[in-house]
Amino acid sequence: MFAADFEYYRAGSVAEARELLAAHPGAKLLAGGHSLIPLLKLRLAAPAAVVDIGRIGELHGISNGGGALHIGALTTHAEIAASAAVNAGAEALAEAASQIGDPAVRNRGTIGGNVAHADPASDLPTVLAALGATFTVSGPDGERSLAAADFFQGMMATALGEHDILTAVNVPAAGSGSGSAYVKFSHPASRYAVVGAAAAVTGAGGTCAGASVAVGGATAVPVRCASVEAALAGRALSADAIAAAAAAAGSDFGDDLLGDVFASGEYRKAVAPVYVQRALTAAAERAG
Amino acid sequence: MKVPVSITINGRVCEHEVEPRTLLVHFIRDLAGLTGTKVGCDTSQCGSCTVLIDGVSAKSCTTLAAQADGAGITTIEGLGDGEQLHPLQESFWNKHGLQCGFCTPGMILASHELLRTNASPSEAEIRHGLEGNLCRCTGYENIVRAVRDAAGAMAQE
Ligand SMILES: Cc1cc2nc3c(=O)[nH]c(=O)nc-3n(C[C@H](O)[C@H](O)[C@H](O)COP(=O)(O)OP(=O)(O)OC[C@H]3O[C@@H](n4cnc5c(N)ncnc54)[C@H](O)[C@@H]3O)c2cc1C
Ligand code: FES
Ligand code: FES
Repeated sequence: MFAADFEYYRAGSVAEARELLAAHPGAKLLAGGHSLIPLLKLRLAAPAAVVDIGRIGELHGISNGGGALHIGALTTHAEIAASAAVNAGAEALAEAASQIGDPAVRNRGTIGGNVAHADPASDLPTVLAALGATFTVSGPDGERSLAAADFFQGMMATALGEHDILTAVNVPAAGSGSGSAYVKFSHPASRYAVVGAAAAVTGAGGTCAGASVAVGGATAVPVRCASVEAALAGRALSADAIAAAAAAAGSDFGDDLLGDVFASGEYRKAVAPVYVQRALTAAAERAG
Repeated sequence: MKVPVSITINGRVCEHEVEPRTLLVHFIRDLAGLTGTKVGCDTSQCGSCTVLIDGVSAKSCTTLAAQADGAGITTIEGLGDGEQLHPLQESFWNKHGLQCGFCTPGMILASHELLRTNASPSEAEIRHGLEGNLCRCTGYENIVRAVRDAAGAMAQE
């Protein structure tokens, strides 16, 4: 199908993109286009105008400062997967980016578009929730910073307003004695996550000084698994302790489970502990 | 309102005023007249529209022509050198990596991307690298053989 007609504007800077959004109510931002264009083609979205931010240099690239990785919103999945800084400081993020879709999707899709789209089956929101990332947003009232719990608000719903632009995602860089991992059950046809689990573990000497775990795919927004985290804190990072803690993962999901013809909500909840266990095991190994 | 778009396809500059909703694949097929690049789906999942944008693989059905303004595109027609087939084309032919041929242009450009990033991939890496390309005929075995063969031939060059 052909997309419905729209006006096309190309922004050269964040300031210009904000002006274009203000001048064209209902306009949609276009980054890599790998969520928006499929919707346009199926006419599930039909904005009057599209503002292409794909060439804004200031939104591109990865820098390291103040103990965190600052990842520009336009950085592609392929760039994140290949980044030495991300592979060193946020293994789970590199691991998730390398498993998104297929190579052509990773060459054009961006981290900003991925999280702004907030598909419950996406990989990056889950990882960013577990790693304690913050989101830098440029809006009409200036710049603000949001935690993952405040940024993701529901299925395909975020804290971004109509005139907001996500400029960067900031991920605390893991120190020595910490490790993280992402493990997913990918849908065999679409390769989106049926269930994805991200874990970060701090555990010098084999004792867990702190763990954070998030699961995506089963609920509208990624869930932080507080009961798994509590069950591991202060314990030896043995295979048994990890398995026992991971078994509690489903208890944090609440009642609003997502399911489809491929996998029911109950199934996703039942299978989640397996992926949490695998993610924790890999993260603990990297921490050790 | 139409927008001016200038794209260099296989070394030749193509300039047209297009509706913003024009996809790169339609620019290539309908305006530049190069029909080697195929459209196999409506959902960005089959890979038969794969081309190289500035040397890097992309789905031309999931890219607006306007996004590619100023870029250099390589399609299957531009991969070889005149009558001289590219080693990937040669290997797909020799190893029977195609039957109906519909997926082949995309498959070859996706294979090009794979070998650009990994000059000597294992069988598992070839399958992973071609995950975004569907073939309804071959069962993939001969495609994997063709890519291995091409990797070997390119290493000797
Ligand atoms: C075949 C296929 C398979 C895929 N498989 C996976 C998968 O396995 N896992 C996965 O996680 N994802 C998958 N995706 C989605 C992919 O990761 C997309 O690239 C990503 O979700 C969107 O990024 P984009 O840059 O392409 O955004 P776009 O499509 O350009 O934009 C998406 C949305 O975000 C908004 N937006 C974009 N940038 C900004 C910004 N800076 N500030 C505010 N709003 C913004 C847009 O207005 C739009 O609403 C797949 C996509 C395809 C086509
Ligand atoms: S036509 Fe199917 S992915 Fe582009
Ligand atoms: S050869 Fe027919 S689809 Fe691949």
